[in-house]
Amino acid sequence: MSTLEIRDLHVTVGEGEETTEILKGVDLTVSSGQTHAIMGPNGSGKSTLAYSIAGHPKYTVVGGSVTLDGADVLAMTVDQRARAGLFLAMQYPVEVPGVSVSNFLRTAVTAVRGEAPKVRHWVKEVNEAMAVLEMDRAFAERSVNEGFSGGEKKRHEILQLELLKPRIAILDETDSGLDVDALRVVSEGVNRYMSTAALDGEGAPGMLLITHYTRILRYIRPDFVHVFFDGRIVESGGSDLADRLEAEGYARFGAAESAHSGVDGAPAHAV
Amino acid sequence: MTLSQLVNERATTGTPPNRFRSRNPDDFAVPRGREEEWRFTPVRQVRELFEPFAPTSVMDGSVDAPDGVTWAIVAPDDARVGQVLQPGDRVSALAFSHARQALVLELTGTPERPVLVHGRITPGLAYEHMVIEAKPHARATVVVDYAGSATVAENVEIVVGAGAHLTVVSLQQWDADAVHLSSHAIRLGADATVKHVVVNLTGRLVRIAPTVEFAGRGARAEMLGVGFAGDGHHFESRLYLDHAVPHCTSDVLYKNVLSGESARTVWIGDVRIRPAAAGTSTYEMNRNLLLTDGARADSVPNLEIETGDIIGAGHASATGRFDDLQLFYLQSRGIPFEEAQRLVVRGFLADVVDRIGVPDLQERVMTAIEARLGFTPEVENED
Ligand SMILES: Nc1ncnc2c1ncn2[C@@H]1O[C@H](COP(=O)(O)OP(=O)(O)OP(=O)(O)O)[C@@H](O)[C@H]1O
Ligand SMILES: [Mg+2]
Repeated sequence: MSTLEIRDLHVTVGEGEETTEILKGVDLTVSSGQTHAIMGPNGSGKSTLAYSIAGHPKYTVVGGSVTLDGADVLAMTVDQRARAGLFLAMQYPVEVPGVSVSNFLRTAVTAVRGEAPKVRHWVKEVNEAMAVLEMDRAFAERSVNEGFSGGEKKRHEILQLELLKPRIAILDETDSGLDVDALRVVSEGVNRYMSTAALDGEGAPGMLLITHYTRILRYIRPDFVHVFFDGRIVESGGSDLADRLEAEGYARFGAAESAHSGVDGAPAHAV
Repeated sequence: MTLSQLVNERATTGTPPNRFRSRNPDDFAVPRGREEEWRFTPVRQVRELFEPFAPTSVMDGSVDAPDGVTWAIVAPDDARVGQVLQPGDRVSALAFSHARQALVLELTGTPERPVLVHGRITPGLAYEHMVIEAKPHARATVVVDYAGSATVAENVEIVVGAGAHLTVVSLQQWDADAVHLSSHAIRLGADATVKHVVVNLTGRLVRIAPTVEFAGRGARAEMLGVGFAGDGHHFESRLYLDHAVPHCTSDVLYKNVLSGESARTVWIGDVRIRPAAAGTSTYEMNRNLLLTDGARADSVPNLEIETGDIIGAGHASATGRFDDLQLFYLQSRGIPFEEAQRLVVRGFLADVVDRIGVPDLQERVMTAIEARLGFTPEVENED
């Protein structure tokens, strides 16, 4: 049983005169077995929240707290947070030239599990995880994210989710840029992880899913939906809230109409 | 890049298209440090090599040669010595006129494994001369590795006969006080290929100047460099590729990693395409990765194009710091900072190291570099 607790989180970007407050007091608790969805207009600070939890160097936490089972996450280095059981599937995964996917995965898994996986099991484990995500084995020899298509990068993020087995996972727009088949494959991958982790006796992981669309929520049912607006959560509800947001947009929270139809370049009713 | 842009580059560097060359040391003034060829070199550290000296040291090495390779230590008046070299600076001219012997390697056929020359030079001042000759259609690899503590002025002549494929690796793993100035004169026959590799790992001052003379059509030069400069290291590479005959290719890739406040690297890449060199294709690239403040990498590519009738000519040069986002991404997967740094460095160097083509040497180079980054390999968990 794990709990990620975010209390009154304030985060800025930029330095000196340029400092801008992006998160303006976020409160959220994600516990094992729960799936939380966060929806909100472009630029409202959803990725900022995700990156701040992961420890991205660009963001400065100026107030509030983030704890994982009581441990101060903000006091941890980026890698310590991952080893503590947090995982962020990024909206824009980073290319690392010259580092092969297989070497990267093995190094990451070794770090997170605290020991090198046994070679025989490891090959099998990676191959199976890749097969489920319908990723060609050739990806293992390519450089991390280099030249990957948008959808391939997202599959690679979920591959890491499956192998690193976090206690709390944050998925930042993993569904954006996926075609219908890829969305199904990736969603099934996520669900499979959520249920097998539970079977392993670890208890189901907790999940924070950032998305613009309800289509992924048809595969991954959220227990809670939160509306993110101007740096904070302004409303929370059940999964029906997502449908309402998709139909109405964020106008009633004060957003201009364009913010609604401009999401990811596609009008909401088209998805 | 258009031709006019390339021609404009001429104005940006001071290297003359015509090189002055002479075997008489007195034809070269004693460098003061401001000259174009010396302005990046800490000349105070090489003063001893600017005047003739009585050698107090000599290569005390060994040659490990498979079948198909003959080698000998010969007198300087041997006909094989001086085939290619036309010294381009005072140190090279002094070394040529004062070296008392030369190591000559002759390669025929396809030797089954690389020739290993262990250059162990005892402390002191030394003149060295080496001739590596691949006979027509030979396919061979020579690895010369230098270690020890010495001050060395050296000339290396590399002759690649028609249709031969020769790889020469010069691996510098000197002690912290060593000074090594070396001119490599390479001549390529028709359809010959050379892969010339400079690996600089340690040494106070290593300055290697490879010159490639294309003497026959269809020749190809692949010039590779890998360096890891730490505190107190100055690694300088000065290339001059002289395309004088048609249909030759050159491909240059040098990568340096610098770590430490006083780490320095210099890369000069001069390529000349003479009027007769129709159908030339050349590309050169230098990239430097700075790991710490204070480290400095100078990079000066220079193309002199004297004919428009070429297939392609280009260059790129970039010096940068660690990409914070790459490190963040790796760390966000639980990988500790030092290891993330190691992965990024390994990734940065991988493309050039992989091209060396001598697997155990590649591994040795990577292991040495990773050790410098504070990493000792883990034993594989095979069960
Ligand atoms: N360096 C910076 N200086 C000023 N503002 C910045 C800086 N970096 C990010 N921002 C702003 O922070 C805000 C929040 O960005 P964030 O990426 O968190 O939004 P988001 O909710 O994830 O949007 P999207 O739905 O488009 O992914 C944006 O308005 C962005 O322009
Ligand atoms: Mg975002």
